[in-house]
Amino acid sequence: MSTDERRLATKVRKVREFLIERTIFVSGITSIVIVALIFIFLLKEGLSIFLTESVFDFLGGQFWYPISDPAVFGILPLIAGSVLVTVGAAILSVPIGIASALYIAEIAPPRTKEVLKAGIELLAAIPSVIIGFIGMVTLGPLIKDLFDIPTGLTALTGSLTLAFMAMPTIVSIAEDAITAVPRQYREAAIAMGATKWQTTWKIVAVAARPGMVAAVMLGMGRVIGETMAVMMVTGNAALIPHSFLQPVRTLTATIAAEMGETVQGGDHYAALFAIGIVLFIITFLINAVTDLYLHRSVRK
Amino acid sequence: MSMEQPIIETRSLNLFYGSFQALINVDLQIQDRQITALIGPSGCGKSTLVRVFNRMNDLIDGVRVTGRVLVQAENIYAPSIDMIALRRKVGMVFQRPNPFPLTVAENITFGLEVHRSLPRSEFRRMIEESLKGVLLWEDLKDRLDAPALGLSLEQQQRLCIARVLAMKPKIILMDEPCSALDPIATMKIEDLMRELKRDYTIVIVTHNMQQAARASDFTAFMYLGELIEFGETKSLFRTPRVKRTEDYITGRFG
Repeated sequence: MSTDERRLATKVRKVREFLIERTIFVSGITSIVIVALIFIFLLKEGLSIFLTESVFDFLGGQFWYPISDPAVFGILPLIAGSVLVTVGAAILSVPIGIASALYIAEIAPPRTKEVLKAGIELLAAIPSVIIGFIGMVTLGPLIKDLFDIPTGLTALTGSLTLAFMAMPTIVSIAEDAITAVPRQYREAAIAMGATKWQTTWKIVAVAARPGMVAAVMLGMGRVIGETMAVMMVTGNAALIPHSFLQPVRTLTATIAAEMGETVQGGDHYAALFAIGIVLFIITFLINAVTDLYLHRSVRK
Repeated sequence: MSMEQPIIETRSLNLFYGSFQALINVDLQIQDRQITALIGPSGCGKSTLVRVFNRMNDLIDGVRVTGRVLVQAENIYAPSIDMIALRRKVGMVFQRPNPFPLTVAENITFGLEVHRSLPRSEFRRMIEESLKGVLLWEDLKDRLDAPALGLSLEQQQRLCIARVLAMKPKIILMDEPCSALDPIATMKIEDLMRELKRDYTIVIVTHNMQQAARASDFTAFMYLGELIEFGETKSLFRTPRVKRTEDYITGRFG
């Protein structure tokens, strides 16, 4: 090869490297740009509500009467509905989900393990409208009879349904985290005379904690953002609930139920987008808190 | 060899992984408060043998053992054996330092909690005693709540020894405890072994013949699952009785 040819080859290689790097950079940045655009769009459409309704009245208002005259846009009942349903779902799904993950990863014999894992993946694949439908026709009447209340479509029904939906996420991610705990930790614990249970509880579960936290947070993310199933089973009454046995309406269900009836650019339309902003901020905070926690425990 | 009652004794010990025989007719006597090294080429069964003494092989599916293994004159393969008590009596240090992903203090108190061998009020004293036992106390006394995984590899391995000491074992098994360490750290661990010998029986598996020659009192040479030669380290290295031992220690194979 002559010097010129070699120089050319080097140049071609450099250009190719440059192009590859740029392509990867663009792909990476695209997702961030899209998220930013969505947020900007939300702000643009939603912020105008605060020209007619103060932030305080919007977030703290106890009444959501979007089509009365004059309309009242207070989303406190919706926030309360979302929080109640989510907390209920978390209380139900986190202990059961983590326990199943521990069982599958540590205790189940190989065949049982395969069957359970496949089953859980299948569970994750059920469309939410079907789960909502089943919840509505089976769980609703059951709860109505069980507690002898006028309607079975309550916050509790929503929590149960959502717990069911969060479970596959929690179990499969937590199970991965538990399985990823190095063998050496288990060996060391067993060699020190620890029983299987002590090893699992005191060592494996602690080592897998960051992964389990991530599992729970992703599960909760699914719960907060879930719309269809929750709209079908919670009764959709935009009132501040005083117990789990009352109908509630969540932030997500409100947007889905009412967006079709609004006039584009109107106050109601803007109010629904503002609800979107609130949801966005809530999920963002959950993610941020989880991230902070995980980074802290990694450094620790 | 004239000896007192051995602390570990195997009689016609055979061990099978499924149909593969990993240990063949091993008769070995290990003396109390001595360092016994198990040497031999890879796959000779030395790690398998050391894992017989605390029954860690039980974790592997399809393991079968015949013959007798006595620890302090008790047959540890008897059905009535208390495995938890056995593993408290026979501690183990592994090839790669494997402290738990907990704090320094929690690593040491783990064994105490598992065995409920001490009231909680004594934990603090035991942490200090165990860390002093492995010469880590001065380095770590202000970092007891720091994560164990943040320590250097040598410190981690010392901590692993310390958490075994806290259980007050009789025997410490070490499965190539220095293979992840640099030469200086290796020297320091060997010094520590000589310290520990005053109170504990140590069985060390090593692929490093110099280490066996330097650090042990007795050496067992194993080959293809058989115990080829066993004796005092000095005489085994100076005047091996078996040709194969001589070939191995002079580096002709392995």
